[in-house]
Amino acid sequence: MRALLLRDLRLAVRAGGGFGLALAFFLIVAVLVPLGVGPGGTTLAVIAPGILWLGALLACLLSLDRILALDWEDGSLDLLATAPIPLEAVAATKALAHWLTTGLPLVLFAPVLGVLLNLAPAGLAWLALALLVGTPALSVIGTFGAALTVGIRRGGLLLSLIVLPLYVPTLVFGAAVVTRGAAGLTTATPLALLAAITALAAAILPFATAAAIRVNLR
Amino acid sequence: MLAVRGLAVARGGVTLLAGLDFGVPAGGALILRGANGSGKTTLLRTLAGLQPPVAGRVALPAEGVAYAAHADALKPVLTAAENLAFWAAVYGAGGDVALALAAVGLRDLARRPAGALSAGQKRRLGLARLIVAGRPLWLLDEPTVSLDAGAAAAFAALLAGHLARGGAAVVASHGEAGLPEAPELDLARFRAPPAGDGADDFAGVRA
Amino acid sequence: MSLWEYANPARFMATSGAVLPWVSALAALALTAALVWGFFFTPDDFRQGATVKILFVHVPAAMMAINAWIMMLVASLVWLVRRHHVSALAAKAAAPVGATMTLVALTTGAIWGQPMWGTWWAWDPRLTSFLILLLFYLGYMALWAAVENPDTAADLTSVLCLVGSVFAVLSRYAVNFWNQGLHQGASLSLAPGERMDVAFRLPLYLAMAAFVLLFLALVLARTRTEIRARRLRALMARERAG
Repeated sequence: MRALLLRDLRLAVRAGGGFGLALAFFLIVAVLVPLGVGPGGTTLAVIAPGILWLGALLACLLSLDRILALDWEDGSLDLLATAPIPLEAVAATKALAHWLTTGLPLVLFAPVLGVLLNLAPAGLAWLALALLVGTPALSVIGTFGAALTVGIRRGGLLLSLIVLPLYVPTLVFGAAVVTRGAAGLTTATPLALLAAITALAAAILPFATAAAIRVNLR
Repeated sequence: MLAVRGLAVARGGVTLLAGLDFGVPAGGALILRGANGSGKTTLLRTLAGLQPPVAGRVALPAEGVAYAAHADALKPVLTAAENLAFWAAVYGAGGDVALALAAVGLRDLARRPAGALSAGQKRRLGLARLIVAGRPLWLLDEPTVSLDAGAAAAFAALLAGHLARGGAAVVASHGEAGLPEAPELDLARFRAPPAGDGADDFAGVRA
Repeated sequence: MSLWEYANPARFMATSGAVLPWVSALAALALTAALVWGFFFTPDDFRQGATVKILFVHVPAAMMAINAWIMMLVASLVWLVRRHHVSALAAKAAAPVGATMTLVALTTGAIWGQPMWGTWWAWDPRLTSFLILLLFYLGYMALWAAVENPDTAADLTSVLCLVGSVFAVLSRYAVNFWNQGLHQGASLSLAPGERMDVAFRLPLYLAMAAFVLLFLALVLARTRTEIRARRLRALMARERAG
């Protein structure tokens, strides 16, 4: 498992691995939104939590098809499936590697973008916390979507169509944490629900992911 | 080592081969012969457990198998040694990477990215994975494709060494597999009777 | 005789072929009766006037939008556990019907909402939930369409249906949390208090039964078509194999 995690991390940071692309995309969203809605500070502050969560969602989505497609093409997935490690653990490890290379940088970088979007200072810490708790679910769900569509040529659009509806609960609770946090309200309920969804997704989806990979390898 | 009873295999819902009965003892090898599309790859994938058999049973060694497909499962940005070390860790058999690289004649290229290797060198690196996997049964799909004569001979020696140590191999091959005395299995004899996709269920429907 | 015998395609074709004309006729009859009764022989609501009568389409469509997904979930489970092809094909056949029901519920809701709430669309939790349900249907159907091998497609869509069901329920709660909404509570609840008048309730029950029959007829017809398509594939594969 550790070997797989290290390999995926190494692949991500080496040339052509796509590390940083998601981050750059996140930055571009945060720059384009004020250009679209106008520089008005109050408007930006109101929509900032939603925009930042949407940006994180889409940035995550961008890199999903890389999670399994490359291993599928070069035959690594065949070998991982025949190797003496459970495919469920492979699925979970791949999701973890994706989160470490995509989700975690977003978490660390988001407060800066929060400032750009005029998010209330009280909300910045909540933004980082909500992303920290919520983005693992995005990676786990995304890995599941990637497993469903791995055998399909040009499956990227289909992947988005399948994955985005599954992101709804995470988006709702994640943005609610930030909105409430920025307004100085209590965030305990949405934060607990956000954590529950991440825990649920991490507990059940690796099994569904492994099942989908097995079906696609058949 | 490997025992197959009454096996039938299918690709894409179409049964290709049926009634396969064969075994491979420790130290033995079996060469699969057949034209393109005759089901060699499908049979190997079924033996490797990637595909469920349509019928019949496959008994594998408890230690598992090492499967080598057409694709070599190499990451172009990782070096030859890194690629191999990864698979050694995945198989967890404590295979020695440097030794395996030397065995396929790639010792001097250990630090070169796999993407910069020639087709034949990649193939050899892919076969070195079999050594670090440390599994008794090798399932090889066209192992000598894109190997030059020298490398093919080296591979034949490698395979002979594996068999001499009590291993076994099933090799799908068009040409020389480098095992002149190994028994051959002509898959044309096991071609399934023409039946279509889900035919048992659907072709008989009166619509 | 076991229920599973109907899962044999030949058996299913014979039985469904005999049943389908009756179900279709009954559905047409019940639908006509319910809609004529509902539109012309019920009083106007004291607050909502005649607009209320759209409920005889809106409520049954919304009900079937959810029931169709539940049926797909059950059929997917049957396929995953028992590998009956008819089950997988029935799930595939039900999806466009369910999606259409969702669309009908959304459209009639908008038409009803315009005079009532003064807006075609509001991000009310129920409306939003149905919109999200529509997205789930679309993803499910797109996956069926994208995978070439029918058995692989059946497996993948079944897994998606299972996971999607969990997330659809989670989305429902999330959306409820997100906005408390304009929509009235359940009109047919058994709780005392604000209950619908019998004059509305009886034709509504009839309309619901009619929609169930309509759904059944459509799914049976579509499943038969899917089985014929599979048979065609099987015969063509046989021909190619020579």
